[in-house]
Amino acid sequence: MSLDLDDLDRSILRALAADARQPASAIGRSVGLSQPATWRRVKRMEDAGILSGRRVRLNAAKLGFDVTVFLGVKLATKGRSSVADFERAISAVPEVQLVQHVLGAYDYRLRVVARDLSDFERILRRRIMTLPGVGEVEANVLLSEERRPGPIG
Amino acid sequence: MPDDTDRRILRQLQADPFASTAELAERAGVSAAVAWRRLEKLTSAGVLESVEAVVDWRALGYGVEVSLRITLNKTQTNAFDEMSAAARLVPEVTEIQTFLGRVDLRLTVLARDMAHYTQTYRDRILTLPHIQDIEQLMLISTVKDEQALPI
Repeated sequence: MSLDLDDLDRSILRALAADARQPASAIGRSVGLSQPATWRRVKRMEDAGILSGRRVRLNAAKLGFDVTVFLGVKLATKGRSSVADFERAISAVPEVQLVQHVLGAYDYRLRVVARDLSDFERILRRRIMTLPGVGEVEANVLLSEERRPGPIG
Repeated sequence: MPDDTDRRILRQLQADPFASTAELAERAGVSAAVAWRRLEKLTSAGVLESVEAVVDWRALGYGVEVSLRITLNKTQTNAFDEMSAAARLVPEVTEIQTFLGRVDLRLTVLARDMAHYTQTYRDRILTLPHIQDIEQLMLISTVKDEQALPI
């Protein structure tokens, strides 16, 4: 299932992960490949599902979202229906950007954006704590974040 | 601060990151020239940071993702900086976040399988400086990952 990538593939992936809209010719120039050769490699990685889509990165603070909070949530009642109910309800909250089912001290990790702390409190009390099955919740306020290229770096 | 037109265009871009400027313009109800100018301005103002390709790590053979919640020994004045600098050198680390709360710092770590994860955890993570306590959350499934802003 996993494709063997060479250094050129990894360079192309890194370039696209930084800016997906640059043309194949520009990526080709930076890695030393022709436009068609670059395009073929991109196509191959798309077909293998390695390039799985695009994501828009907006500056939250400049759009009025000054607070990002990560929540660890434990479900009070477990069982298939309560898990499904919780996942459906939490995913419908627009301020909740990320929902991950995890194994460990918590059942779910959530990433929540808010305009300020009082807005966050409102979202937590009215939209999250009221959901079915929610038990213990731990909140940590994000101070800084840095994304790394990962194993393709 | 971006106005309503900016927000409409950004909303359309978030909904469909593959859309051309002409398509975004049509969906936002403005001319292509306006959409193009607004996007340029939002980019230069740092509101629109980037449109990135999403890499599916599972398809690349990295089937294990763990969130490491770390408490640092804060009696060391440079604990945050030294920890972040050391974590940047570990290729399996994809995210470094710092927090106000019970957790000081969080790393996302990728591995090919459990054996590779165990080895990375022992050799590259536990050797990072100023760690007082680590809690591991292993990813089972991602239910929602939009990272879109409700604008």
